Amino acid sequence: MARAVTTRRKSINTAIAWAIGILIFFPILWTILTSFKTEAEAISSPPSFLFFDWTFENYAAVQERSNYFRHFMNSVVISLGSTILGLIIAVPAAWAMAFVPGKNTKNVLMWMLSTKMLPPVGVLIPIYLLFRDTGLLDTRTGLVIVLTLINLPIIVWMLYTYFREIPGEILEAARMDGATLRDEIIHVLTPMAVPGIASTLLLNIILAWNEAFWTLNLTAANAAPLTAFIASYSSPEGLFYAKLSAASTMAIAPILILGWFSQKQLVRGLTFGAVK
Amino acid sequence: MTNIRRALMGATALCVSALAAEAQTTITIATVNNGDMIRMQGLSNHFTDAHPDIALEWVTLEENVLRQRVTTDIATQGGQYDVLTIGTYEVPIWAKQDWLLPLDDLPEEYNVDDLLPAVREALSVDGTLYAAPFYGESAMVMYRTDLAEQAGVSIPEEPTWSDIMSAAEAMTDRENEVYGICLRGKPGWGENMGFITTMANSYGARWFDTEWNAQFDSPEWQETMKDYLTMMNEYGPPGASSNGFNENLSLFQQGKCGMWIDATVAAGFVTDPDESTVADSVGFAKFPNKEGVDNHGNWLWAWSLAVPSSTDAPDAAKEFVAWATSQEYTQLVAQEEGWRAAPPGTRTSLYENPEYQEAAPFAEMTLNAIQSADTQNQSVQETPYTGGQFVAIPEFQGIGTAVGQQFSAALAGQVSADQALQSAQQLTQREMDRAGY
Repeated sequence: MARAVTTRRKSINTAIAWAIGILIFFPILWTILTSFKTEAEAISSPPSFLFFDWTFENYAAVQERSNYFRHFMNSVVISLGSTILGLIIAVPAAWAMAFVPGKNTKNVLMWMLSTKMLPPVGVLIPIYLLFRDTGLLDTRTGLVIVLTLINLPIIVWMLYTYFREIPGEILEAARMDGATLRDEIIHVLTPMAVPGIASTLLLNIILAWNEAFWTLNLTAANAAPLTAFIASYSSPEGLFYAKLSAASTMAIAPILILGWFSQKQLVRGLTFGAVK
Repeated sequence: MTNIRRALMGATALCVSALAAEAQTTITIATVNNGDMIRMQGLSNHFTDAHPDIALEWVTLEENVLRQRVTTDIATQGGQYDVLTIGTYEVPIWAKQDWLLPLDDLPEEYNVDDLLPAVREALSVDGTLYAAPFYGESAMVMYRTDLAEQAGVSIPEEPTWSDIMSAAEAMTDRENEVYGICLRGKPGWGENMGFITTMANSYGARWFDTEWNAQFDSPEWQETMKDYLTMMNEYGPPGASSNGFNENLSLFQQGKCGMWIDATVAAGFVTDPDESTVADSVGFAKFPNKEGVDNHGNWLWAWSLAVPSSTDAPDAAKEFVAWATSQEYTQLVAQEEGWRAAPPGTRTSLYENPEYQEAAPFAEMTLNAIQSADTQNQSVQETPYTGGQFVAIPEFQGIGTAVGQQFSAALAGQVSADQALQSAQQLTQREMDRAGY
């Protein structure tokens, strides 16, 4: 009897999880479907779900008009660059906060998080002027720097949480065996925190890939990533929904595939140390 | 010896190619994503073929993103762009700040006198042209001739608001999802306020008196809001407070609107048989006015190409601007894609062309609407500002959007018309006082 109840509860939970999952994924599915419609079908009412004349014309039009590969490469360089640079800075910072905390560590952590609460447009002009004077406008280097700084609080916080789960005694033992600080971080701490570091890496790549304020405002033609590629297909005067959907699908496809293949790693990392 | 000669020849070749590369000027063009601009991008190889020393880089963005992007760049003299696509709102404000280079040295064959006078005036400051119009638009009534006939109403060429309201009532058939009138309701200075300001002009209202005092407490504004809300609530589509240009275009193309009053550029979309299900039954009429008020709204917009003063390639940029807005370019579009696709609303010669008149049934009404727009005298009452569907002051983007939110809330039924007008009056007056007017 108890088993029957458990099974039923499990099925209900599974059904709820599926329903929520589909609900969250539906806008993306709808975007993908719309990208295969003609502009007239894209706005037809009632909308057709699967039974329409499938066409690739929007992808052809997008490909003809824009240099997708250039935008794609910019996105790859910017998101990977900013994440790796962020990790290089954040691993030692999180180590210090987790294993040798001072009396102000908590305050520093909170202060770092508070920088995420400022609306980015508030500092647009100062950063724009700094970039102008240092020649960083419309460069990948400039975007790597700014996205590193923006995502750094999240990277530090995530790593700090993971590092706190690792017993300090193991690091102490390594030190007793003569490990230097560098060895301790690289050879002892990092291997133990791989799931956490991997999930931090993946999450930050996704955040940097999707960042659409700085990447739009600090670029023009040379360093514009896929967010600018999407923005070039939106229009308040004229219906370009199908082409916009095609551009969006092309922009999210790489990150969707990355997320799909690394979902186990992501979930493992995000729940690392959740059950004590 | 042979090796040395080879090395020297190689070095010379490298120097020559380096010099050639240096000789080519690259200009970056910031533009908006709409059909005419995309066409220009597609045809720009004709320009680069004729000017091998100039290379083009395109930055195409959605209108509001582009506005924020280029405003940031020009205000900080960032120098990211060599050619900007801006409208009649920005040109006078930016020209007064010396952010734009004057276009007073265009070649003779450009024929600057061929530009429509209303458009030329809107893009000039003290008689000097600061941007070249790429395409222009005003506003007009687009209506379904079949539905009007079915309902037994006729819409005159120059309708009054009473004509429009009674036609909207007659054409509404809610059971079959046909709504008598579709108008903008989505909040924003370039969204619902574009339409409502134009409507208010045609009711004799004004935003400010000559002392810059807000005028939303005037009877003209009260009447405008009353009629706007009546039309939308009784004869408009559901959820109209989130409808902008695109949403109404979609409704009209699917046969759900009896009338739609919006930018003249829409005429090309609603009569396109590939996109519109009602392409063969669309009639056009002038923007309405209130009986006794000699004002048809004065909506005028021209997407124009300007050269920022921060550019490091002014000559190449001006060369491109002159090409893209020339009669030669119009001919090129006609030759490649037909006369119907020619950018409208900028040149007199286009409207005198019989081939264009035949290809574009909306040509005459578009021209009438543009020519009758008086951006220097927006209202029948005296005003301290110029403009049309907007007020040409830098503060208008913020104030217009805030007022638009109040009016959209009134349309959604969250506040009454009086409350919306009262809030609009207070917030506008406060912002103007704060700005030191």
